[in-house]
Amino acid sequence: MASSVYLCLLRAVFLVCFVNPLIQGLSGDTNVIQNPHHQLEENLTGLPIVTFKWHHVQTPYLVIIWVFVAGLAKLSVVELNHHVTSVFPESGLLIIMGFILGGIVWGADRAQTFKLLPPTFFYYLLPQIILDASYFMPNKLFFSNLGAILIYAIFGTCWNAATVGLSLWGCYEAGAMGNLDIGLLQFLLFGSLIAAVDPVAVIAVFEEVHVNEVLFILVFGESLLNDGVTVVLYNVFDAFVALGGPRIDAAEIFKGIFSFVVVAFGGSFLGIGFAILLSLLTRCTKHIQIIEAGFVFVVGYLAYLTAEMLSLSAILSITFCGICCQKYVNANMDEKSVTTVRHAMKLLANGSETMIFLFLGVTAIDTEIWVWNTGFILLTLLFVFIYRIIGTFLFTWMLNKFRLVPIEVIDQVVMSYGGLRGAVAYGLAALLDEDKIPEKNLMISTTLIVVYFTVILQGITMKPLVQWLKVKRAAHSDLKLIEKLNNRAFDHILAAVEDICGRIGDNWWTRGWNRFEENYISWLLMKPKARKNRDYLFSIFHKLNLEDAINYVSEGERQGSLAFNRSDEAANVDFKKQFGSEFADVMPNIMVDMSTYELGIEHFSVTSTVKDTIPSVSLDIHGQDRKNAMDDINAHHLLQQHLYRSRKHHRHKYSRSHFSINQNEDEVQEIFQRTMRSRLESFKSAKMGVNPAKKITKHHKKELTHKHLTKHDLVFLVDSAVGSETGAINSTFMRDTYTVGAGIENPVFLPDMDSPSHSLPWLMETEAVAPSQRAQRRLPWTPNRLRRLAPMRISTCSTDSFLMADVSLTLEEHEEQSQTDHEEMCFFLSTFEVNRL
Amino acid sequence: MGSRASSLLREEDIEEIKKQTGFSHSQITRLYSRFHSLDKGENGALSREDFQRIPELAINPLGDRIINAFFPEGEDQVNFRGFMRTLAHFRPVEDNEKNKDPTSGEPLNSRTNKLFFAFQLYDLDRDDKISRDELLQVLRMMVGVNISDEQLGSIADRTIQEADTNGDMCISFSEFTKVMPGKAIDITADLQNGA
Repeated sequence: MASSVYLCLLRAVFLVCFVNPLIQGLSGDTNVIQNPHHQLEENLTGLPIVTFKWHHVQTPYLVIIWVFVAGLAKLSVVELNHHVTSVFPESGLLIIMGFILGGIVWGADRAQTFKLLPPTFFYYLLPQIILDASYFMPNKLFFSNLGAILIYAIFGTCWNAATVGLSLWGCYEAGAMGNLDIGLLQFLLFGSLIAAVDPVAVIAVFEEVHVNEVLFILVFGESLLNDGVTVVLYNVFDAFVALGGPRIDAAEIFKGIFSFVVVAFGGSFLGIGFAILLSLLTRCTKHIQIIEAGFVFVVGYLAYLTAEMLSLSAILSITFCGICCQKYVNANMDEKSVTTVRHAMKLLANGSETMIFLFLGVTAIDTEIWVWNTGFILLTLLFVFIYRIIGTFLFTWMLNKFRLVPIEVIDQVVMSYGGLRGAVAYGLAALLDEDKIPEKNLMISTTLIVVYFTVILQGITMKPLVQWLKVKRAAHSDLKLIEKLNNRAFDHILAAVEDICGRIGDNWWTRGWNRFEENYISWLLMKPKARKNRDYLFSIFHKLNLEDAINYVSEGERQGSLAFNRSDEAANVDFKKQFGSEFADVMPNIMVDMSTYELGIEHFSVTSTVKDTIPSVSLDIHGQDRKNAMDDINAHHLLQQHLYRSRKHHRHKYSRSHFSINQNEDEVQEIFQRTMRSRLESFKSAKMGVNPAKKITKHHKKELTHKHLTKHDLVFLVDSAVGSETGAINSTFMRDTYTVGAGIENPVFLPDMDSPSHSLPWLMETEAVAPSQRAQRRLPWTPNRLRRLAPMRISTCSTDSFLMADVSLTLEEHEEQSQTDHEEMCFFLSTFEVNRL
Repeated sequence: MGSRASSLLREEDIEEIKKQTGFSHSQITRLYSRFHSLDKGENGALSREDFQRIPELAINPLGDRIINAFFPEGEDQVNFRGFMRTLAHFRPVEDNEKNKDPTSGEPLNSRTNKLFFAFQLYDLDRDDKISRDELLQVLRMMVGVNISDEQLGSIADRTIQEADTNGDMCISFSEFTKVMPGKAIDITADLQNGA
């Protein structure tokens, strides 16, 4: 409260002392500019020590002063009394602030010296907002709802433009507006400029309301794309108006529709082209990391300007540039540059947004533009509101016939109420040519009123409406591991259920596209290093290890064990020992499991893993002080990177409905190997009579693995040199293997041992299947070949399963493994055949 | 094929399944033909092997768990009715249920039942709790080999801590639903427009 008063005061003082004289100075300066000799002569009278050269710096100075004022305005708006800000949306407050500032300027000048001019808006303020919106677009959400968004953006906008224009014309013909010099085409032109929902206003309002994500993406995506559409529509109608009514025939109308398509899609494709360029560029900016972030902005802006130059849709161009490049650019660039881009993008977009709203307010304080026509203005407001509602319900009704989860009525209400108009409409209105449209000023003032009405009134009432209707809110966005985990599990479940129901077969071409994307586009646009994602993973690994170590230390200190502080070298040694022992524990398992197939390679790769792991663990503990919160974030990242992706998840990434086998072939192999291994094992144990009456119980898996372990635990015991009591109970079993060989007495480093629960040996075993990526690559199994193996297990009960396997083999053409692997596989197959016989 | 398969299904069976699961007539016949094509033994019931023959399930890390979910406890076969009952979990939630039959209790596709289905995939020993071990098993299935057991263990601990309100180091079903408030809607598959 106190701070807000202080800020208001500060602002007032600033305005009075600084801006006012400046503005007066400015108005006086026009004389100076007109008469430059006057000053020159003055300067010649003697050698001046300091001169006041206002006109030198005038333009940049004014610009930067306004930016500064806008920043202050934003600051004071945000810091304002929280009762006000909780009711008023920020955008509305900024407009009101603009009224005040405009009033001051007008009071000083008796005319509005500062206006939001269309070129300024379209070339300097709008691009970065659109780029920001598209660059941070949640792609998965966007593409999974792309159909609905396109329907709303294209047909919804055309619907709005046509109905508003026609209804206004009808009312005009009926005499509701008195005497105006407007024809049908001009009405349609006006309808097209007022039709589009404005992304700037929508984001500003909806960001504060936190509606559920589907609703948000629908409104947001629509507003982003329909801006492009409305500009195109505007240009078509503008051309029609220039052409004049009588000369428009069917051919011209057809050309208009055709140009609509060309302009919209041409702009989109141009944007995609620039996205490819940008991605390629960031592939090779390794040595100029400092400026690589700049390329994102430069190329984005270039996409905008080029589209403008070619008279294609600039907004759609920069939109698709941002959407398409984000994945590759983020993967290619250095982590620091990614952060830079993120922050700079937000800075520019937020700044422009503030400027736009402020100037929308400032512009209004001008006697010149205001032309009042009650009928026209009120009817426009009414039609804009009503047709938005009708349009939304109409198109949603059609969409809901095809949507799995229909859009609810409440969401539809919010969507139609969220039809906020904004600066794009104003910019287009200000662009109108007064020669062709005599009532330009009326259109501008109507547009401004519509903007104020929607942004301020609808903006204010949006929040209560959302609360009152109990619209589903966005689940709050704490990073929760369990949620992340479950979401991934759900995805897998759904993918599996769809497979069981046999939904494969649809959209084979989208699957093809995904393959193509994986194999060629990623290959082309991503650094090889980024594709493997190795570096990033390792750093996250490293971080998590650091955090764990710090946690151990702090935990130890909290428990009063200060012994830890004495020497960190000892700690390192302990770590090494512990890890070594852990791997030693794992390794016997590996030997047991893999010795049949490929002992040498496994052994090699495991030891290399050990070597890899230790340096990241031996760390300088004292050099770090981080917060515990970081821990969660790291775990989150770690999971995000390592959780298997379900096919469903990827279906949404690039196309509306998509069936990919999986993004990552390695991953597919890995999962496949595991699954098949466990099945083979259950088969093996059944064959060998270890588990005679293969009764399937709830403990199915557990039992089998227990069996397996007891079968081999002799080897295991020998290797780990543990006493004879270990094999019996799972939990003690783990505990013992931990302590033996670890050689540490420091309780701090053995927190897990005190807790009662332990990972099952079963888990150790799966870990042993493919201990590292490198090892996993060398495994002789590929899904292809294992698919051949699968029926052996099945073949105990049915004979045609080999046929099945071969069919599935031909369906999927996987990459070839090396020849040696193949031979080993054959060997394995033959031994297995013998077994079977 | 389709017509032959659906002719094996008697009309009154369809009616009963419809009542029980809420599937529409066409969905039932379509899924029956799928069921039939999966049923290699031609004995009107699916075994685990029948499911495992679906190639995509082999690359689904949770494939075997999901297959198990189709089988009632201790049984090795699932007939069409059981098959449909499991699939009914994945129908979209009907909010303002016009509840045809209030006596039938909660429909299979209710939020709670959807979540319970997911919960049971974790809960192997059916003690209505997800223990740390059970969580670890699922984690191990869903996570690549690059994560060490230790890291996975700490992730599991953290996950349990997030959900665990009564401090027993297990996630009970009520705790599970509490952490996943709006998520039930996600367990909805598109069974409608199949191939």
